[in-house]
Amino acid sequence: MAAPDLFFWLCSAVLMLSSVFVVSARSLVHAVFFLILAFLNAAGLFILLGAEFLGMMMLIVYVGAVAVLFLFVVMTLDTGRPGGSLRARLPAALAAGAILLLELAFVAVAGGPGGSPEPLPGGVSNTRALGRLIYTDYAALFELAGAILLVAMIGAIVLAHRYRPGVRRQNPVRQFGRRQGESIRLEDPAVGAGVSEQGR
Amino acid sequence: MNAFLADYLPIALFFVVAGALGGAMAVAAWLVAPQRPDPEKLSAYECGFAPFDDARGRFDVRFYLVAILFIIFDLEIAFLFPWAIALGDIGLYGFGSMMVFLALLTVGFVYEWRKGALEWE
Repeated sequence: MAAPDLFFWLCSAVLMLSSVFVVSARSLVHAVFFLILAFLNAAGLFILLGAEFLGMMMLIVYVGAVAVLFLFVVMTLDTGRPGGSLRARLPAALAAGAILLLELAFVAVAGGPGGSPEPLPGGVSNTRALGRLIYTDYAALFELAGAILLVAMIGAIVLAHRYRPGVRRQNPVRQFGRRQGESIRLEDPAVGAGVSEQGR
Repeated sequence: MNAFLADYLPIALFFVVAGALGGAMAVAAWLVAPQRPDPEKLSAYECGFAPFDDARGRFDVRFYLVAILFIIFDLEIAFLFPWAIALGDIGLYGFGSMMVFLALLTVGFVYEWRKGALEWE
């Protein structure tokens, strides 16, 4: 068996096993860690397919940022699994799984839109080929992505940011604007006389 | 295709060596070290008294805000990588579309700065 095949089976097996553990782990934090393992193996599969950029983005965005967000969400919410028995949640879970399976079957039969695309077209690297397309041919979608990010940013601030009054904040302008004469007063008191507080 | 994957051989070797080294250390510790399990050894250490409560309390929601703002700028940077590589091919149009994208996100950045969402107090 060739080495890429070996890595494919390894990544797929670990990916599927860790996905099973994501839904069956007792502690939510453990579930998030298994999710990170699943993301890592998905990145390995992308690289094996030749989709280098997607694999690296999987590492940077999903492992680096989304998993951290999930951890924060788990720790912000009450810890422990949400209630409800397995039997009560089984129909919804089966329906979601059946829909996904059906979609995958359609793709497997129809072969996806326009056959399977070539990850390394014309000998240029994957990332360069993407860069040639995203910012020119798909500029409208790209700007739409920017607008969605803007909406997400404003929404997060509106929902989660609370202004707390009565907190002493740093004022850098005032800090840098201080001069020596305003903050230090040199005194030369006589013995036993002390310094008068009047000048303050 | 296989030449492309051959570039990843050092990374695969790195994973193999790191896994073997970590596994060897864990197995060696398990084989060599004396094993005297005790529930007290697993409990949280508090100096002089039994632990009051669970360490896994709830976090402030501000951590979530910081994490989501981090994700948004992380995605912005993800878009910058292919742009920087292909900048020679896409010309002024590609440059301009990225500038519009950055301007959109700068609006959000100015908003969050003025709202004080970046301050921790």
